[in-house]
Amino acid sequence: MSKNLRINKNNFIDQTTRISFRFNGQKLFGYKGDTLASALLANNIHLVGRSFKYHRPRGIMTCGSEEPNAIVQIGNDPSLTDPNVRATEIELYEGLEASSQNCWPSVNFDIGGINNFLSPLLPAGFYYKTFMWPASFWEKYEYFIRHSAGLGKAPTKSDPDIYDHQYSHCDILVVGGGISGIISAKLSAEKGLDTILIDDKSFLGGSTIYQENECYKINSVNSNKWLANEIESLKNYPNLLIKNRTSLAAFHGYNYLLARENLTDHLSINERKGKVRQRLWKIRAKKVIIASGSIERPLIFSNNDRPGIILSSSIKKYIDYYGVKTGENISLFTNNDSAYETAISLKKSGVKVNVIVDIRKNSNSLIVQEALELGLKVLWESTVVDTQGYKRIKSFEVMKLSDDGNSVIGNKAKHNCDCLGISGGWTPMVHLFTQSGGKLKFRNDDNVFIPDENKTPSDQISVGSCNGEFKLNEIIVNTIENLKSFLSLSNTCYDGIKIICPDEKSKRNIWLLPSDKPVGKTKPFLDFQNDSTAKDVKLALREGFKSIEHVKRYTTTGMGTDQGKLSNMHALGIIADTTGTNMGELGTTTFRPPYTPLTFGAIVGRNVGEFFDHTRKTAIHNWHVKNKAEFENVGQWKRPWYFPKNGENMQQAVQRESKAARDSAGILDASTLGKIDIQGTDASEFLNRVYTNAWSKLEIGKCRYGLMLNEDGMVYDDGVTTRLSENHYIMTTTTGGAANVLSKLEDYLQTEWPELDVYLTTVTDQYSTISICGPNSKKILAKIVPGLDLSDSNFPHMSFKDTKIRNVNCRIMRISFTGEHSYEINIQSNYAEDLWIKCMEAGKEFNLTPYGTETMHLLRAEKGFIITGQDTDGTLTPSDLQMDWIIGKKKFDFIGKRSLYRSDTIREDRKQLVGLLTDDPKEVLEEGAQLVENINTKPVEMLGHVTSSYFSPNLNKSIALAVVKSGKKLKGKKLIVPMENKNINVTITDTVFYDKENKRLNA
Amino acid sequence: MFIINCPYCGERDQTEFSCGGEAHIERPKQPTELSDDQWAEYLFMRKNIKGVQFERWNHAHGCRKWFNMVRDTSNDKIQAVYKMGEKPPVK
Repeated sequence: MSKNLRINKNNFIDQTTRISFRFNGQKLFGYKGDTLASALLANNIHLVGRSFKYHRPRGIMTCGSEEPNAIVQIGNDPSLTDPNVRATEIELYEGLEASSQNCWPSVNFDIGGINNFLSPLLPAGFYYKTFMWPASFWEKYEYFIRHSAGLGKAPTKSDPDIYDHQYSHCDILVVGGGISGIISAKLSAEKGLDTILIDDKSFLGGSTIYQENECYKINSVNSNKWLANEIESLKNYPNLLIKNRTSLAAFHGYNYLLARENLTDHLSINERKGKVRQRLWKIRAKKVIIASGSIERPLIFSNNDRPGIILSSSIKKYIDYYGVKTGENISLFTNNDSAYETAISLKKSGVKVNVIVDIRKNSNSLIVQEALELGLKVLWESTVVDTQGYKRIKSFEVMKLSDDGNSVIGNKAKHNCDCLGISGGWTPMVHLFTQSGGKLKFRNDDNVFIPDENKTPSDQISVGSCNGEFKLNEIIVNTIENLKSFLSLSNTCYDGIKIICPDEKSKRNIWLLPSDKPVGKTKPFLDFQNDSTAKDVKLALREGFKSIEHVKRYTTTGMGTDQGKLSNMHALGIIADTTGTNMGELGTTTFRPPYTPLTFGAIVGRNVGEFFDHTRKTAIHNWHVKNKAEFENVGQWKRPWYFPKNGENMQQAVQRESKAARDSAGILDASTLGKIDIQGTDASEFLNRVYTNAWSKLEIGKCRYGLMLNEDGMVYDDGVTTRLSENHYIMTTTTGGAANVLSKLEDYLQTEWPELDVYLTTVTDQYSTISICGPNSKKILAKIVPGLDLSDSNFPHMSFKDTKIRNVNCRIMRISFTGEHSYEINIQSNYAEDLWIKCMEAGKEFNLTPYGTETMHLLRAEKGFIITGQDTDGTLTPSDLQMDWIIGKKKFDFIGKRSLYRSDTIREDRKQLVGLLTDDPKEVLEEGAQLVENINTKPVEMLGHVTSSYFSPNLNKSIALAVVKSGKKLKGKKLIVPMENKNINVTITDTVFYDKENKRLNA
Repeated sequence: MFIINCPYCGERDQTEFSCGGEAHIERPKQPTELSDDQWAEYLFMRKNIKGVQFERWNHAHGCRKWFNMVRDTSNDKIQAVYKMGEKPPVK
């Protein structure tokens, strides 16, 4: 098992720095520069995980982000563990601990492997078909399905790592650091443009940088050497920012792109401390150059998923870049020339290459010639029909292909191997192009979807192999030519460039390779992660699924963490072949962001914990905290809910607070109510138009309650507005409605009534409001403002006084939301806490009791005052609330007036606000409970629901407000509130329960 | 995510703005003279076009000014922005 497959050759790995790591508990070694995958392969470990559905042993198949199989769990700390990490992408660091996923008890012996033998019973749509009946069993099925679903294990504790967001604006963003990306970045930087180059790897140069082959020359030097010099020259441009380990996640409209930069995942745990783990870049680029390259396709034949079966180009990268042999007896299986480059690399590195199986009749390109000259054996016009070996490929079987490629002929020959490289040609990575709104076209010659230049959004271009250019000379020449017009360059530093490269003659494309067995007896995997086979796709088609999107969802082909980077083209090809459709007409499934999975951490950045949302606190907040208030969230505000004393629960505290407020005095922090300062010569006219009642005749120094409607006639907000001077008012709004009311008023002023001379300013935060109510409130205020005449004649209900408290200006309104004699003191916020404390001291002899929102709600309900948003829900008119008195019928117009006599709003059977009393005075109704008249006629007609409900300590009985169909006419009527275990009998009453004559206002 | 050229502030990210629906629907001057149908037409009926659409936008997290915008909803290209009260570009 533990064998060293590293070769000593001039590669990119620092073989002087040894790194130890653990895989499934086993201690292993690799080198700096390795990925987990290359280090595992160097230790001769191929088996990394088990597949999703059949639990088949699976190995490393690729060397990049397209990896479907080798996904592992990193670490086991409950807050730091990272599931579904691609072993091919994670860089090795000292102390890395990785383990296999989706297997139990171990990757070598996995109980779930039984599914592999049950596979004939688990066809596409198995879950849909099996767990349909009996429907009542779903909850039991769900338990087991959820247990077997998913791959890795999510962390169970919150993530302590730091994540950042950063905005960036640039002239040019180049995505991809392969040869076309390097050329693009240099041309852009050379022109002086502000340029960003991003690449998901730790090094630049793509696959060209390790292409050590005499067949490829640029300006007479090997292409890899030439490119290395180009990369070096990029350092000379201060206007070029290079971001390695940065993966582009999404390409949105207006060239808005998201990229995730990995900053610490390659460092040892100790080196990470205090550093930002990942940064999400939010990039606005004037122009985007996509150079995202291409990935190699697998070939689809029976049992093509065994550990040891690897994409041919990845074998090449492991040997040329990492110096790692993926086996010691390697064979290759191909339909194009690129496998021959792998064969040459292996041969030159001293690795045995047994045979190359090629489905083509022949090829005489330069690269094939070189391979033949090196003595490599090629089996032309042949195909692999099956493979053997459970946890690692041991052998494969080859047969001759018929002329048309639809069947196999002749005898089967068995070849031993420990690694099989497969190459099915190349797929351009068009994800980003299509995410941005670009449309693809199908190129029949080599079966690829490429960007349609006529359907490319403006200010972007695709260059290199993601644009369907695969030959080195095409890539370079076309990239330069296209960029000349894209960047308006007349000449470039690359003019006169000379390129020598092999010319690929032909590729032979067969989506599903034939076998000597019927399709039903084979296992040709398409989607390795989701275990969907060619068989499943064919079954889906037989069952009537035609749209590629439906086939995808039914078979799960192309879903999962790799999003079908390897599987989609073959699935499309097989559908096209089976249905006789042209692939161009069939189209592709939708490419959605992100291109590779993003962590939640990167998405939320620093917006976690207390930074998740804004918290607004009043100026008196600290006092409330000190005095043990329980808080309630009202919008973003933290409001005291109640002030429990001596271990009281909410019910007990609220009863005490409510009683104290009516028996003597209560004090409330009302600072959160919205306050809008209104000034201008048309201020009165403006109020006339936005409120239902009349304002022109309100005397200076007086207050008035107003109701604001939407244009549809429904109650929107309410509050008291005070006339400070001829052209100056201060409006109060509800706490939750403040911002929206201001926006709505601004909207009308700017768009409908620009002729009005009115200015609106929010002063909610500038002023704090302390409300003191109760029969002793007057005595308390007299102690605080000794000079002020508080007599009813000088300072009557619904009026205000401008005064000073210890030389600080304040406005005192005599208004009441509790029905008690009551004052609201408005003072600059920085004096508010001090004033509150003064009030508490002055009120001590009167048992001045601080109360919160819950008591406020109870007290106002006793008086039948509405709370917009609790008793109203945007479907109630003033008349529905029995507030017809507030509609200024003589007014020419106000917002919502015309809607008040639409046929629907004048219906008499609308839901209307009423009071409710329970027959049992101790029984408190649940808010939201339904009201019915007759419980026995089915279906039971719902007449309305409870909107507010409390036990009133002042009345010593339960009270409630409700909305009920035709409620206004039903006073005295008995209704039923049906609850889970009982029916509660109630009687409809007036909405005012307490002090109907309003005597207490002037008490 | 659009970049919107606020007529008062210049180019800003879309996150600073809020959309206020179809533009150039004037509030009737004499609502009381309208039939239920005519009032309902003003109150409820809005177009939702695939193609060139005239919209109201507010620079809510900026200057708080309302303005109008011409946007092609099929490709999100913004063809014009102009201040309230200014004439729309010819449709």
